[in-house]
Amino acid sequence: MSEPTHVLPYLVAAWVFLAGCYGLATSRDLVHAVGCLSVCQAATYVLLLAVGYRDGATAPVFSDLAPGSRPVVDPVVQALALTDVVVGATVTALLLALVVQVAKRHGTVDPDELSELRG
Amino acid sequence: MSPRTRLWLVAVGGAGLAALLVAACLDLPRFGGDRHPYGDRAVEASLSRHTANTVASVTFDQRAFDTLGEMSILFAAVLGCVVLLRQTRDEHRARPEPAAVSRPVRRYALLVLPVALLTGLYVVAHGQVSPGGGFQGGVVAATALHLLYLGADYRALERVRPLVPYETGDALAASAYLVTGLAALLGGSAFLANTLLPYGTFNTLASAGTVPLLNAAIGMEVACAVVVLLAGFLDQAVEIVDEGENAQAHDDPDQRGK
Repeated sequence: MSEPTHVLPYLVAAWVFLAGCYGLATSRDLVHAVGCLSVCQAATYVLLLAVGYRDGATAPVFSDLAPGSRPVVDPVVQALALTDVVVGATVTALLLALVVQVAKRHGTVDPDELSELRG
Repeated sequence: MSPRTRLWLVAVGGAGLAALLVAACLDLPRFGGDRHPYGDRAVEASLSRHTANTVASVTFDQRAFDTLGEMSILFAAVLGCVVLLRQTRDEHRARPEPAAVSRPVRRYALLVLPVALLTGLYVVAHGQVSPGGGFQGGVVAATALHLLYLGADYRALERVRPLVPYETGDALAASAYLVTGLAALLGGSAFLANTLLPYGTFNTLASAGTVPLLNAAIGMEVACAVVVLLAGFLDQAVEIVDEGENAQAHDDPDQRGK
């Protein structure tokens, strides 16, 4: 394998993260901003799964695979990615609920227009 | 700050972050490499406890305490959504009118609903044996119910998901996880340690000790949580309407801050 492909998946994760950050910074709509945060989070899935990958390996499930017969990918990072997905989904739901309330109270979802405090 | 200055600031900060990330990526172990010390040990521990699905073993046995924290985040997020999306005093409910559903959609939804529900329960039940588990199966089962919204109408969905049992189920499942952890403590070992039940026969449903119990608790919690979450958002979209016009409620000082 040539050298660049050794780091390409990690660089993809970094690129996805930065794309999400750019979206967050330039967002004109809170729903869009929440979506961008999810994009940032998707970068961590890519990174975790890339760290756990092993050449020629299969899923770490031994229901139809004799233990030791084939290499398996790292199950620890897969479990971490699973945690990440669940927490990400619920936190996104919570943020969207906040956006619904902001839209109701202020009549706008543009973060630039949300400058005043209102009890 | 003008949008232009902000964009410049983002560009400078982003370039710095990008440089750091690239430097970090270049220093990471080779992609697809053969050295996974934690993975190899996790597989060993999983096999010694007769768990065929190593990911389930990591989640519910080796990292069961972390999963408790994750479950708490899930629980807190659902609680937050229920509080934020509740009906406020200046809103009222309008009964949604049943909309016409084209016959193929109706037929397909009603045909797939029981299959999807069963698939969800299967995935939860076989979490310790095959890929899947409580988190994934719970989401499948909960979203299966919502096929009724696509195939019939909102009122049909409301009839199969009275919210109180689902909210109670969410809380009960969270407690069941804690109780299983405490039972290990009473059994004379550490909190959430997998020592309570025999490890059973490898690759059968009765294997892996307490993993199936914790898995079922999480499955139930996730299913209930997703139903409650979607109900909150669907209520906002379908049922709840403002009393007056939006602008009026917005400008009226009496309406502020309620």
